[in-house]
Amino acid sequence: METYYWNKELETIDQASLEDLQLKLLRDTVQAALKTPFYRNRLKKAGINSGDDIRSLQDLQRIPFTTKDDLREGYPTGLLAVDLAEVVRIHTSSGTTGTPTVIYHTKEDLDNWTELVCRCIVATGATREDVFQNTMSYGLFTGGLGLHYGAERLGMTVIPVGSGNTRRQIQLMKDFKTTVIHATPSYMLHIYSKLNEFKIPLNELFLKKAYLGAEPYSENTRRKIEEFFHIDVYNSYGLSEMNGPGVSFECIHKCGMHTWEDSYLLEIIDPKTTRTLSEEHEGEIVLTNLRRRATPLLRYRTRDLAFIHKGKCKCRRTHHRLSRITGRTDDMLIVNGVNVYPSQIEEVVMRIPQVGTNYQICLEKDGTLDKIIVKVEIYSKLFTGDIRQLDALKAKINEELRAAIIISPIVELHEPGSLPVSEGKAKRVVDSRIKL
Amino acid sequence: MKITQISVFLENRKGRLYGVCSLLGKNRINIRALTIAETQDFGILRMVVDNPEETLKILKKSGFVVHLTDIVAVEVEDKPGGLAGILKILFDNNLNVEYVYGFLEKFSDNALLVMRFEEPDRAIEILKKKKIRVVGKEEITDL
Repeated sequence: METYYWNKELETIDQASLEDLQLKLLRDTVQAALKTPFYRNRLKKAGINSGDDIRSLQDLQRIPFTTKDDLREGYPTGLLAVDLAEVVRIHTSSGTTGTPTVIYHTKEDLDNWTELVCRCIVATGATREDVFQNTMSYGLFTGGLGLHYGAERLGMTVIPVGSGNTRRQIQLMKDFKTTVIHATPSYMLHIYSKLNEFKIPLNELFLKKAYLGAEPYSENTRRKIEEFFHIDVYNSYGLSEMNGPGVSFECIHKCGMHTWEDSYLLEIIDPKTTRTLSEEHEGEIVLTNLRRRATPLLRYRTRDLAFIHKGKCKCRRTHHRLSRITGRTDDMLIVNGVNVYPSQIEEVVMRIPQVGTNYQICLEKDGTLDKIIVKVEIYSKLFTGDIRQLDALKAKINEELRAAIIISPIVELHEPGSLPVSEGKAKRVVDSRIKL
Repeated sequence: MKITQISVFLENRKGRLYGVCSLLGKNRINIRALTIAETQDFGILRMVVDNPEETLKILKKSGFVVHLTDIVAVEVEDKPGGLAGILKILFDNNLNVEYVYGFLEKFSDNALLVMRFEEPDRAIEILKKKKIRVVGKEEITDL
């Protein structure tokens, strides 16, 4: 197998040169971060008043962690490090509660992000001859736009379908001879299950590769999807706080996701003690932006669990390879690729007066896709015996939840006292989905 | 002349209707009329009983979600066109019937129906004017 690079010099950089580059970029990033009220205050306490206070990469350890809560508290401009006029795009994502988190991008930030996505795509062996169908959501969700611009810069033929409408997806795949698809693993399985129904046999498709991410899945599911479609599946990792997709991606050897270490400092820590862990030890991924200027984040705790593979990859890229995401340190749920916190649901449900004090979140599979059912107990004093009133209540809960968590849940009304009384968060969530 | 109907919220779970009925049975309360309005995941049991105040107390104590609604019990001639005749009167007077259901037994040659109106007092007035018999609370209790 021949290896292609988008930026061979940086992708195969030797360790010493990489560390020199990282140190320089870290200093610049700290200097940029000091322009924000949030980091000025926080870094000062750690004795860091300028980028020059970072003398070696070891000094990274002096920098305190940044958490999702910090981003929420800094909303909307507490972590903005440039003049707003320099900002060309904003991506927000839902926070753990009603307050979202926001990431600003300058033109250079977007350029750098696109550069990384180009590297990812080329690493899988795709070229400008390929037809790229993007089934991830566009808009504030970074999954769609992130891959889109990389694919365009590379010169692929891009079909920006966005999510949903499976019939149209399959028709487009057939009509435009799509060769590369970007999807969640569950959506990929869903497409497969619909081929028969839409009477489009597999041999009328031209698919060669799938980039799958936004949802955890196993090696078995990868193999299954590869066998179903006769394609190669590449694992993708990213998070909106670190731009989105393009942080880590598999190359043709499919043995872990190269993490672009000239753009992100990668650490794995023990989530309890916050001690740094060595290769092959599973822990929480911590990332530091090295090139982003509008919203530089230092030592951001992703709450994703993984480990770093030991040894070198046959592709000769020197950037470390991250394992599959094995879990979360928090109670975040991933529903059809969308991140949902139970606390977001609780916040909505509890502010509706007709709802009692108890609720339950159930996750089930509907075919290969996820469905989320929010069960609430009605508040007996507000019951009027009118069915229209209850239907309107259901619609209202659904609408408010959709505004908060983006996806539309099924709302069920229950009698007071009928749902299990919660002892801690665990019981509020019943996840009966079979793991992919 | 209005009559009290008891509405009970029932979630879609096995044995809920039985739960209500066995509770009433144990307390020697008789159901005179009953209907269930159902949706995909819940239902509302509507009923007329011989002792609504007591029923309300008992059901609430057992944790049921209950509501009292005023309805009108209307005698309808038990013959073809009987109900239509009454509905015509209502229609002519621009009175909207929200829902209607029947009593389980007859206590004269006529059938007895439960009718729910937004304006029950006006409905009673109009029906009476047209010599339609509206059955009162006491009669239901003594049924």
